[in-house]
Amino acid sequence: MIKSLHARHHQLASQQRQVEILNKGVFANGAVATFQQKITPVGHFPLKPSSIEIFQMNIGYMCNQVCKHCHVDAGPDRKEIMTRETMQQCLDVLAKTKIKTLDITGGAPEMNPDFRWFVSQAHSAGVEEIIVRSNLTIIRANPKYYDLPEFFKENNVRICSSLPFYNASKTDRQRGDGVFKDSIEALQMLNKVGYGKEGTGLTLDLVFNPTGAFLPGDQQQLQRDFKKELKEHFDIDFNTLFTITNIPISRFLDFLIDSGNYEEYMEKLVNAFNPAAVEGVMCRNTISIDWQGFLYDCDFNQMLGLKLEEKIGQHISAFDVDALESREIIISQHCFACTAGAGSSCQGATV
Amino acid sequence: MEHTYYNPADLKKFSTIADWDSNLASKFFDYYGEVFKEGDLTAREKSLIALAVAHTVQCPYCIDAYTQDSLEKGATEKGMMEAIHVAAAIRGGASLVHGVMMMNKAKKLSM
Repeated sequence: MIKSLHARHHQLASQQRQVEILNKGVFANGAVATFQQKITPVGHFPLKPSSIEIFQMNIGYMCNQVCKHCHVDAGPDRKEIMTRETMQQCLDVLAKTKIKTLDITGGAPEMNPDFRWFVSQAHSAGVEEIIVRSNLTIIRANPKYYDLPEFFKENNVRICSSLPFYNASKTDRQRGDGVFKDSIEALQMLNKVGYGKEGTGLTLDLVFNPTGAFLPGDQQQLQRDFKKELKEHFDIDFNTLFTITNIPISRFLDFLIDSGNYEEYMEKLVNAFNPAAVEGVMCRNTISIDWQGFLYDCDFNQMLGLKLEEKIGQHISAFDVDALESREIIISQHCFACTAGAGSSCQGATV
Repeated sequence: MEHTYYNPADLKKFSTIADWDSNLASKFFDYYGEVFKEGDLTAREKSLIALAVAHTVQCPYCIDAYTQDSLEKGATEKGMMEAIHVAAAIRGGASLVHGVMMMNKAKKLSM
């Protein structure tokens, strides 16, 4: 298993270095328009939120996988973990705001020792929908996780899981040897308790992201393919497939540079800029919270260390909905990934 | 000074053929766009046909474009290779089936 960029002391472990690279390259001499230049004529600069509907918490960067495209640079060697105190602060905020969707991500969020406690508290804090972004293999990683499907069911959690393809070859090249097999077993366990099955009300969504330097195809077509192939070969059911464009940061940025695809990929994103996708970018209705309780416009800005302005309140302890909803969203060139083609968000295509 | 006939950057300039005849270019690109829309064939099937044809006409621009397009449409790598084998089989078969013509002629000429 490869190590995280962080553990390797790689230059791209530096958030500042990533931002520098993003702003240079194809954008350096002005030949290619920047994100700001693209959204200005369509009336979206400065980019402003609509209203905060999704409270997305990254409760730790530790993960049992080391995926090649991971924008978090997660892995077993990452020790950043949200404490129960910070979780409690988040619950307090959720209890006094009208935010109805809690989106829990990582790393593998299930590896946080307070994960189950936190999930079990969330409904009483007024949350109507709890999404857990599970990598699936965690369910098979250790006997102590085998009962996760039951736990999810008891807490009416919506599961959202990455599966980049319906075969082992593409999946394992992106996510690691044996990941496809374990993911299939985990999906079958989730199906067994009712997830993804009609009439149960238990939602199991899958996330497709390209296994290389290209854009995702049509979400509906890919969903049809995934449903047919997974049913035929593994008797697996799921609800919806979301397509997500790979963001050119962290380990995917490392892949792009290493493979000589960086400039072409950025140009592809810029050329595929869709003004209609700006309307639905997730930073407009989401707030992202890191393991220490700091606030960001999205999980990607979190990984680039692009904190909110001080006057808005930078920490969960200073959470102010009015200030947050009137802020200006921090943008950079990685934002092109969310506005390319049919758009991209944690809820899939946006157009 | 370029020392090769093909320059990858030229693919992005395809639309500039309109500079010297916008009328015909516009008709061509409209037609092109219509052809690749989902119909009785899926967009992925059309992309794989394009990939196979690209190898038959041996157009580097088309191979570049439709390798990416096939991947984006969710084609498997095996499926992409199968498409090229279809092209190769037809190319090879096209030569070999003319063997019948050769045999006919040879038989006619021979005692």
